[in-house]
Amino acid sequence: MEGIVSVIVLAPLIAAIVAGLVGRRIGNVASQSITTGSLFLACGLSWYVFSKWTWGGLEPFTVTLAPFIHVGNFISDWSIRIDALSATMLVVVTTVSALVHLYSWGYMAEDDSKPRFFAYLSFFSFAMLALVTAADFMQLFFGWEGVGVASYLLIGFWFKKPTANAAAIKAFVVNRVGDFGFALGIMTTFWAFGSVKFADVFPQIAAAAGHTWWFAGANWSLIDLACVLLFVGAMGKSAQFFLHTWLPDAMEGPTPVSALIHAATMVTAGVYMVCLLSPMFEYAPVAKDVVAIIGAVTALFAATVGLTQNDIKRVIAYSTCSQLGYMFFAAGVGAYQAAMFHLFTHAFFKALLFLGAGSVIHGMHHEQDMRNYGGLAKYLPITYGVMTIGTIAITGLGIPGVFGFAGFYSKDTIIEAAFAWGQHSPVGVFAGLIGILVAGLTAFYSWRVAFFTFNGKARWGHGEPAQGHDDTTHGHAETHTEPDHDHDDHGHGHDHTPHESPWTMLVPIILLAVGAALAGFVFVGYFVGEGQAEFWRGAIFTGPHNHVLHEAHESSALVKWTPLVASALGLLVAYYMYVLHQGMGARLAAQKGMMYLISYNKWYVDEIYDATFVRAARWLGDTFWKVGDKKIIDGLGPDGVAAASSAVGKLAGKMQTGYVYHYAFVMLLGVLGLLSFAFWAFSR
Amino acid sequence: MLQAIAFYLMAGATLLSALAVVGARNPVHSVLFLIAAFFSAAGLFVLLGAEFLAMLLVVVYVGAVAVLFLFVVMMLDIDFAKLKAGFAQYLPIGGLVAGILAIEMVLVALTVAREGAAAGNALPDANAGGTSNIEAIGKVLYTDYAYYFEAAGLVLLVAMIGAIVLTMRHKAHVKRQDIGKQVARNTKTGMEVVQIKSGSGVEL
Amino acid sequence: MTIGLGHYLAVAAILFTIGVFGIFVNRKNVIVILMSIELILLAVNINLVAFSAYLHDITGQVFAMFVLTVAAAEAAVGLAILVTFFRNRGDIEVDHASVMKG
Repeated sequence: MEGIVSVIVLAPLIAAIVAGLVGRRIGNVASQSITTGSLFLACGLSWYVFSKWTWGGLEPFTVTLAPFIHVGNFISDWSIRIDALSATMLVVVTTVSALVHLYSWGYMAEDDSKPRFFAYLSFFSFAMLALVTAADFMQLFFGWEGVGVASYLLIGFWFKKPTANAAAIKAFVVNRVGDFGFALGIMTTFWAFGSVKFADVFPQIAAAAGHTWWFAGANWSLIDLACVLLFVGAMGKSAQFFLHTWLPDAMEGPTPVSALIHAATMVTAGVYMVCLLSPMFEYAPVAKDVVAIIGAVTALFAATVGLTQNDIKRVIAYSTCSQLGYMFFAAGVGAYQAAMFHLFTHAFFKALLFLGAGSVIHGMHHEQDMRNYGGLAKYLPITYGVMTIGTIAITGLGIPGVFGFAGFYSKDTIIEAAFAWGQHSPVGVFAGLIGILVAGLTAFYSWRVAFFTFNGKARWGHGEPAQGHDDTTHGHAETHTEPDHDHDDHGHGHDHTPHESPWTMLVPIILLAVGAALAGFVFVGYFVGEGQAEFWRGAIFTGPHNHVLHEAHESSALVKWTPLVASALGLLVAYYMYVLHQGMGARLAAQKGMMYLISYNKWYVDEIYDATFVRAARWLGDTFWKVGDKKIIDGLGPDGVAAASSAVGKLAGKMQTGYVYHYAFVMLLGVLGLLSFAFWAFSR
Repeated sequence: MLQAIAFYLMAGATLLSALAVVGARNPVHSVLFLIAAFFSAAGLFVLLGAEFLAMLLVVVYVGAVAVLFLFVVMMLDIDFAKLKAGFAQYLPIGGLVAGILAIEMVLVALTVAREGAAAGNALPDANAGGTSNIEAIGKVLYTDYAYYFEAAGLVLLVAMIGAIVLTMRHKAHVKRQDIGKQVARNTKTGMEVVQIKSGSGVEL
Repeated sequence: MTIGLGHYLAVAAILFTIGVFGIFVNRKNVIVILMSIELILLAVNINLVAFSAYLHDITGQVFAMFVLTVAAAEAAVGLAILVTFFRNRGDIEVDHASVMKG
């Protein structure tokens, strides 16, 4: 078993190294096969491990591979920790990654740098696996940073596009702000408990529950302080409100990247971390409230913004942000298991939605603006089918007690848990109400995407549509499985029919659709139902006063049915606006009411950040450069010295008058001086 | 007594002539005063017992160099009027510096005379050693200092060549020989056979 | 009073000073510069001969002879340069020869 988990974590790394270093030499097919193959291998082994855990009674264990940092008390090793949390994440990461690898065969078919892309994807997978199997904070941080690097590389994959470069930098910098808090949290933990290994730290938490620390001018509860700082890191990585601005811009990367990183795996690292550190959070009530409130606010914020966006990828990105908010407020109210369950199901249907959107974009020749879609159902039937399944999954449609798609189980559990916590604290009520409202909004915008794209009249094919944001740098003929379509690049304005995608792209989304439909039903018992204690086996710690999940199951019928009603309302409104009365959306938008503008402009957060932080940082940098560097350092140093010597030289040059008698006079003065000196010296 | 009078006369003449050389308006006057200075200096040499050198001074300096100066001054056809303008402007500072220099050098001279190696010596008797000045010089010049003597000759040679090189101008219409061309002549360039029609001329 | 070495040296010193003075106070006439140089050399000669007389060493006079030689050569070449100078610019004003300015 130890060998198997080592293979799971290391195979993608080896594939990434091979494809990255010698990819050009061994050729595209070889690079792609090695990376995709290693991910499928890892995927198969992960399901094996997961099944052994869920049904085979595997016990938690940790494999230590090699020492990492051994400095005094600070001891960290490269290790692989297997318990319920990591087993779940192994499955999520490797499955989605393997399917995205396969999908990229078709999607990136015309790209020039395929080995580089696949190497980056595999590297990302490795970093994520290192993160989820970490047994101490350092490896967690390593994985954290590793996925950040991979995200930067992949967002800026089409590096010749300036917007892609800017987006990659933005992602990295905003993440860095979060990582600063994360690092402070790790330092606090190490300083307080003397170790960074989880196995050492967790048993000490209960004893340290009442301690306080002096930080930044105030006395804080130690555990609260550490947890809030650690959560700041999660805010950055998981794009919670305040540190969310990078996620929509990250859509500059290719769609498979969005599916893998910004839907299923990297952004969920924050949720994973909070659940992993549940022993700490359970003793930090303030931190939990912070998590819950921020999560709820994020969910609401993202949902409102997603209502009005026109780029299909952006809507799905905001949807991701909103669902992450759900996961966080689930963790914040104490229902970590529900958060993990939602993470599990969300991975399936969000990856499905992204890859399906990629299929649409591919079929529409890299057009991403939904206003130029319409009526695509009959051209892209399979995509239409799976996208519908994904939309049903995310909106959580189902019949309580009978059957529902994936989102139904996980989302409803979260809302019930929030209200259960609401009996102890108003934060829970706040979160629960927002949860219901957002469920309705989610349904609206998800069905908006579906109807806008697939139903209704075709809005493409005539006139010049706006250039899509997925403006790729390749300009050669696309090769599809349908040879009778011979398109030149960006064939807009002419009669180009959209076409279905090749099988390398369809198979993954079909598989994901199966998962989206059934994962909830199959696994609900293990994650949050009666089998949860068996399943989790101590991976998630719930404090002595935390009975949220238990109470959630006993919620009133009102709480059980309201989310479904909200979803159904969202569906009906979307249907009304986008199928029955087409064009109503465009008319409403054209009125540019204040609510529309706030939503469309993302609550102006980017503009506020720009006016405050960005401008201030730029001003600071400019000042350091122009005044500090140029004026002071250069002025006193090289430039100043050069100018001074030049000036002095010019002044001295004036002594050269060119007249011989001046020179003779000076010589005479010299002689006079010498003579006087000789007189004075020798007269003693 | 006589010696003192002679000395002061000669010295005074030298110095006054020197001042006139520097201060005269007319360059011809400057040259003539230079000649006077040379003559007076020659007198000083005679007082010191170096009569050969005194003659040398007169013959070479006055007879050759000063005359040369006069040649050049006459040849250059200088406009006198503009010459002395601006002289007085630099007189104060120049005079001051020169004055200080003079005082210092005189002090040195007096100190050396009082305490130097020659202190207390007297002039040698004119006929004491039996050899005249010229004989004494000759005894050393061609033996101990023969090398320097030859070198001096070379210096003069170089000066002569230098003067010629600097000033010689070839007049365009003066015929002269170009030996190099003459020697390099051969049959191909020397002669040209031309068929002439009777009655017509030839263009050279 | 007896004329001693000091008197001759003093004369030579003053003559030297006059020569130097003549070089830099003169702005308009290159010939006077050359003549001042001759005065300087004359002063040196007087020094040499005076020392030769009072040190009873004939070497001083031999050296004075060489100085004479070199002075003559230098006067010749100097005048040749002066002639060329005049030919190139038409006057002998020192003030105009300031090409090395700056």
